[in-house]
Amino acid sequence: MTRTARPTGRALQVAGAGAAVLLALSGCSSSDDSSSAASGSSASSSDELSGTVTVFAAASLKESFTALGEEFEKAHPGTKVTFSFGGSDSLAAGITGGAPADVFASASPKTMKIVTDAGDASGTPATFVRNQLEIATLPGNPDTISSLKDLTGPGLKVVLCDKEVPCGAAAQKALDARGLTLTPVSYEQDVKSALTKVELKEADAAVVYKTDVHAAGDKVEGVEFPESADAVNDYPIVQLKNTGNAAAAKAFIALVRSAQGQKVLTGAGFLKP
Amino acid sequence: MTELDVGAATGPPKGGPRRVRTRGGPGVPLPLLLPALIGLAFLIVPLVALLVRAPWRSMPELLTSAEVWQALRLSLVCATAATAVSLVIGVPLAWLLARVEFPGRGLVRALVTLPLVLPPVVGGVALLMALGRNGIIGKSLDDWFGITLPFTTTGVVIAEAFVAMPFLVISVEGTLRAADPRFEEAAATLGASRFTAFRRVTLPLIAPGIAAGAVLAWARALGEFGATITFAGNFPGRTQTMPLAVYLALQSDPEAAIALSLVLLAVSIAVLAGLRDRWMTAG
Repeated sequence: MTRTARPTGRALQVAGAGAAVLLALSGCSSSDDSSSAASGSSASSSDELSGTVTVFAAASLKESFTALGEEFEKAHPGTKVTFSFGGSDSLAAGITGGAPADVFASASPKTMKIVTDAGDASGTPATFVRNQLEIATLPGNPDTISSLKDLTGPGLKVVLCDKEVPCGAAAQKALDARGLTLTPVSYEQDVKSALTKVELKEADAAVVYKTDVHAAGDKVEGVEFPESADAVNDYPIVQLKNTGNAAAAKAFIALVRSAQGQKVLTGAGFLKP
Repeated sequence: MTELDVGAATGPPKGGPRRVRTRGGPGVPLPLLLPALIGLAFLIVPLVALLVRAPWRSMPELLTSAEVWQALRLSLVCATAATAVSLVIGVPLAWLLARVEFPGRGLVRALVTLPLVLPPVVGGVALLMALGRNGIIGKSLDDWFGITLPFTTTGVVIAEAFVAMPFLVISVEGTLRAADPRFEEAAATLGASRFTAFRRVTLPLIAPGIAAGAVLAWARALGEFGATITFAGNFPGRTQTMPLAVYLALQSDPEAAIALSLVLLAVSIAVLAGLRDRWMTAG
C-alpha cells in the first residue's frame, strides 16, 4: 500500500538530508570497516517488504535516522522511508491528531506517553538509545565555558530549549540539580533551533544534546558537564496502530534496535540503552 | 479599479441600492453562488470549530494568567510599531514605485513583494544574516554602537515589519496608480514643489489606500510567527508574542493554545471591525 498524500517539501528535505548524511557516513565508515555497514544487511533482504514507511522522529535523530533510512531502502528494494523530524511534542500531537505515520521515535518517555495514552501505539514502546546533554559553545570556546555554572555568568547569551520540549526539560533538571538559575536570551522551540543560534554565532552557548554537537561538526564546540548525568533522556520507539504498512514498520524498528542500527546511532553520539 | 474622486472617497458607500436589486432570485447564477458559499464555509468552519471546541469552562483561569496578558500586550505593541515603521518607509517607497520612472522598476517591484512569498522562517534567517550579531550590517552595529538586535523587542518589530511592509506597499502603490495624477500636476502648475504636492494633495487623495494597507500590515504583523521566532527568539515578556505563546502552549496544553488563539481572534475582530469604514471605502 502506497501513501500518496505526502507533502513534497518533506520529501525534498529528506532527500537533501539524505545526501548530506551519505557524505557524513562515508566519512565515518572510512575509519573502521566500511563494508559491513553498507552491505551487512543482505541476509534479511530476501523478503517482500514494499511501500512507504513513514517515521515520525525527534529532531535530534535526524542525521542517524536518515542514514538508517538509506540502509533500509538499500536492504529492502521497493521500500521507501519517509521521515518527519520535529519536536517530539508536536509530533506526538500530530499522531494523536491523526497524522499518517507508521513509526514514532520520541526523545522522551513523557512525549511517548501522550501517544500510548491516546491508544495510538501498537505494542509497548522500547527504549532504543539514550542521549545526554552537552553545552555547545562557539568554535574555540572564546568565553572559556567549562561548566554549567559558567553559563549563568553575566553578559553571556545563552539559549535553552523551551521547557515544554524534552531538551529544555532535561536542561532544567540539570540546572535544578545544582540549584542554578539561568536566564537565557531565548527559549527555543526545539533542539535544532537552539543549536542553530550558536552555529550562526547569535548566541554564545546553548544546552543541547551530545548528538547535536556531534552533528554540527566544527561549527560548534562541545563542553561536557557532570550534571548531565542527572538528566539523561531515554528515547522510546513504537509502531503505531494506524499504520498502513505494519511489516515494514516492524522491520524498520528491528533495524534501529539491531547491532547495525546501534552502531550508526552510537556513532552519532547516542548512548546505548 | 474604481475612480475615486476626492470628495466622495470618505463618504458613504454608493453601491447600496444596487446591491439590493441583485440579491436573490435569478440575479445570482448558481455556478457562482455555489463556489462562493463553499468558499465562505471553507473560511468560517475552522473558526467555528475552534469556538465549539474551546474550553469555555476553564477559560477564565486560562486567561487570567499574567503570561497571557504579557504576550498579548507585546503582540499589540510590536504589531503597531511594525505598522508605524512600515508607514514611515513604506509609503514613500510605494510613491517611488508608482510615480517615478526609473530603469529596473519592474525588478524592484518584484523584490519588494519577495517577503510575501518567502517562508517567514527564511525571512528570519535572512534578517539574522543582515542584522544579526554576526550579520553584514549587524556586526558593525555591534562593534560601533554595541547594538545587537536579535533576542530583543526591537528585533520582533523588525521581523514583523519585514514580513508585513510589502502588504502596505502593494496596497498604497495600487491606490496611487489608480489615483488621478492630474491633481498633482495641477498643484505643480500652481507652484507647489513635488514634496508639497505629495504632502498636500497626494496623501489626502490616497488616505483610504494607506489605511487599508496599514490594517493589512498590522493584521499580518499580529499573526507573524516564523520570522519572529527565528530572528528574535522566544522569551516571555521580551520577544514572546501571542503566536509564539500559542505554538508553545500547543506542545503541552492544546486547551490553553485554543484559549490564547481566541483572545488573538477577538482582538483582531475588534480592531478590524473598528476600522471597517475606512477599510470599505478603500476597496
